[in-house]
Amino acid sequence: MDNLYRDFILEHYREPHNQGVLDPADLRFADSNPTCGDELSMTLRLDLEGQRVADVAFDGRGCAISQASASIMTDGLRGRTLDELRDLDPRAVLADLGVPIGPARLKCALLGYKVLQGAITGGEASWPDEAQVLGDASGGGSAP
Amino acid sequence: MAVLPAEARAIDGRGLRADFPVFERPTRSGRPLSYLDSASSSQKPRSVIEAVADAYGHHYANVHRGVYELSVDADARFEGAREAVAAFIGAPSHREVIFVRNATEALNLVAFSFGRSTLRAGDLVLSTQMEHHANLVPWQQLAAATGATLDHVHLTDDGRLDPADLARQLERRPRIVAVSHVSNALGTINPVGEITRLAHDVGATVVLDAAQSAPHMALDVEALGVDFAALSGHKMLGPSGIGVLWGRRELLDAMPPFLTGGSMIKRVTLDSAEWNEVPWKFEAGTPAIAETSGLAAAISYLDGLGMASIRAHERALFAAAWAGLGAIRGVRLLGPADAEQHAGVISFVVDGVHPHDTATILDEAGIAVRAGHHCAQPVMQRYDLPATTRASFYVYNDLDDVERLVEGVHEVRRVFGLS
Repeated sequence: MDNLYRDFILEHYREPHNQGVLDPADLRFADSNPTCGDELSMTLRLDLEGQRVADVAFDGRGCAISQASASIMTDGLRGRTLDELRDLDPRAVLADLGVPIGPARLKCALLGYKVLQGAITGGEASWPDEAQVLGDASGGGSAP
Repeated sequence: MAVLPAEARAIDGRGLRADFPVFERPTRSGRPLSYLDSASSSQKPRSVIEAVADAYGHHYANVHRGVYELSVDADARFEGAREAVAAFIGAPSHREVIFVRNATEALNLVAFSFGRSTLRAGDLVLSTQMEHHANLVPWQQLAAATGATLDHVHLTDDGRLDPADLARQLERRPRIVAVSHVSNALGTINPVGEITRLAHDVGATVVLDAAQSAPHMALDVEALGVDFAALSGHKMLGPSGIGVLWGRRELLDAMPPFLTGGSMIKRVTLDSAEWNEVPWKFEAGTPAIAETSGLAAAISYLDGLGMASIRAHERALFAAAWAGLGAIRGVRLLGPADAEQHAGVISFVVDGVHPHDTATILDEAGIAVRAGHHCAQPVMQRYDLPATTRASFYVYNDLDDVERLVEGVHEVRRVFGLS
C-alpha cells in the first residue's frame, strides 16, 4: 500500500535510537504536537568546549512518524556544532526520514526538530513554514 | 440490531450519497470516499448548496434595514429560517432563536451575558468531565472573571456521567449546570431530561450543548426542560458559519447583550444606547444571511428523512461497528456498550499503534476518520490516552462503511506487524 509505513520506519518506532533522558544534561527542552497532544522531550550533553554535541537522548510517546523522525534525526547529531544545528534545514530532516510527508503529518515529522531547536535556543521555537518546507520536498505527499 | 420504531422509515445511506456531491470525488485509494467524520463536520446535500447559491444569486440584500422589495424578500427568508429552527428544536417561539456562528459562540454568549450578569463570587458552575472545550473553557473564563467555582461531574469507566457524583455535586446547589447532550469524544448520550429535573430541583439554570445531538436525534428543548441550548449548523448538513442559541424568553429578556453595534439597538445617542428586543438584541452586525437559507434547507432535508429514522439508522451502524471493532484483538472501545446510551460516534485505540497512524492507514483506504483529542483533552486525561481514533456516522453512511472500517483496522494491525 503506502510508502509511509516502511519497515525501517516501523523499526525505529518499535525500538527508537537514543531514547531516554540524559542526567545530567547541558540542554533540555520539551514540547508537544498541538494536533494530538503528543509530548517529546530532548536532553543533550556538550563537549568540554560547550560547542559540539557529545550525546543526545529523546523521550516521550508519540506516533510512528514522530518517533522515527526523532530517532533518525538524533542519530546524526553527535559531533555537530550548535551553530550547525541551529541552521539545520527542516527539509533535511524530512529527507533523512525518507518517506513522503504531506501537510497532515508534517508536525509529527518535525516535532523532534522543533524540540531540538527549543533546546538549542532555550525557548519554544515556532513551527517551520509549511509551504516552504513542503514546497519541493513533499513529492505529492502522503496524506491530504 | 435495533428494532426500528414504528414511525421510523429505513434510511438508505448509499442511495442518499447521490444527494451529496462530495461523494463524486475520487480518493487516492481508488475507492469511493467513506466519510466517517461527521461528528466533526457533516457533508452537504445539493439542496443546501443550492439554497446558499440561490440566496446569494436571487434573494440577496442586507436584512432588517431595507424598505425595498429585495431586502424585504431577504428579510422574510432570514426570519423564515428562524421559524424553521424553532420548529425543529421544539422551541415555543421563534423569538427565542438567536443566530450565531456556531455552538461555541452560543455557549460563549451564555457564559458572558447570562453568566457574568448573574454569578457572584463563591457561586458554583457545574459541568462534566466529558465536555468539548467549547462547553468547558467559557465556564473556566467565567469562573475566573466572577470568582465563581467550576466543578465537573466525574465519568464512569465506560464513559457515562457518574450518577452518584452528579447527585453529590448537585447538593452543592450549583447556579449553572452546563452539560452536553451527546459527547463528541465518547459518543455517550446523556440523560438530559433527568439531569435537568434534578438541576432545577436545586435551582440551577441548565445549559445544553446540543451540537452533537441536534443533527442525529429528535431534539425537543421544551420536553427536555433545559434553559439554553447550543447548535452548530455545519454538523447538521448546513453551512459553516451559522449556529443557534436557543434560550427561554424571560432569561434572554433579562440578559445584557454580548456583542454590541448595529442591528442590536433600538436608539443610540453619542453617550448611550437602548437595546433592541430579543432575539435581535443578540445579533449585532450583518449576520450570515445566505447561510441561514442553507440551514433552513438542511432542516428541511432532515425533516424529510425524519429524526427518528436517522437515530435508528445510526443506532444500527453503531451496533455493527461496535461489534466488528470489538472483535479485533487489541482494539479498545470507549464509551458505553449499550446502543441506547451511545450515539453514532465510536472512539477507539489500537494497542501498539498511535491513533494518528491508524487514521493515516485508514485514509490510504479512502476512509476519513479523525484522530486526536477531539477538543476534549480532559476526556483523554480521564482515560490516560494521548488521543483516540474516532469514527462517526451520519445519514449517508451504511453497513459498507462499517465493513470497510473494520477491514481497515485489521489492515492497520497488519501494517504494524501485529497480526
